Amino acid sequence: MDEIIEGNFQIIGGNFANAGEASMQMKAKLMELGVDEATIRRAAIATFEAEMNVIIYAAAGRLHYYITPHNITIKIEDMGPGIEDIEQAMQEGYSTAPDWVREMGWGAGMGLPNMKKNSDEFKIDSVVGEGTTVEMIINFS
Amino acid sequence: MTLKDIADILEAEVIADSEDLNIPIKNACSADMMSAVLYYHTPDSLLITGLTQPHVIRTAEIAGIKSIVFVLDKKPGAEIIELAKQKKIPLLCTRFCMYTASGKLYEAGLPGCLFK
Repeated sequence: MDEIIEGNFQIIGGNFANAGEASMQMKAKLMELGVDEATIRRAAIATFEAEMNVIIYAAAGRLHYYITPHNITIKIEDMGPGIEDIEQAMQEGYSTAPDWVREMGWGAGMGLPNMKKNSDEFKIDSVVGEGTTVEMIINFS
Repeated sequence: MTLKDIADILEAEVIADSEDLNIPIKNACSADMMSAVLYYHTPDSLLITGLTQPHVIRTAEIAGIKSIVFVLDKKPGAEIIELAKQKKIPLLCTRFCMYTASGKLYEAGLPGCLFK
């Protein structure tokens, strides 16, 4: 694999019916490129968590991935409420999800920690009232 | 342990992909919170859950979970069964509750997922 491969997805807030589609298409692309299974799983889990956060909290968002021979960069920008205290949001088990989201199996407060856990580099920026941007880099072994 | 063994122990009904019952299962996790599944699972595991939403199947696919057991006789809708067939994820349904189903499998030698 010498070339650079990119992909873009629009994510609509509240669209649980298609939740995971962007992550699964990205996963299929990595499989097609012959990336090892453990790395694909890390990338897919981190992306799925980010995709779910847009669906749960934001009005809409955009996922962009960029694959080089050495790594994958995944950037997710949303038009959501933003995160007031990022340090608190990064703590395992902290969640502001409403009950109806928890009843659907989400909002355990593991999303952001799980994205960080599965990334080699993790950056998050957020502006209250505007939105959140997460950038993750996962190196190929 | 194979999926066939698990189906026998849990007296479970196979509701999708019954052709793949000989696949080996190394460990299991029991959860209704999908983020917890994504955080704590290990590959080639079994998910024991009471949640029958489509994103349970997608979570399993993303996490590399081999099969799902629905507890308390909860049966997913036709759309979810179809999605599981597409993704080749066998689905089982047991009358036991999550605690009992987990206990029976643990007693039979299926360990929990190792994490951290």
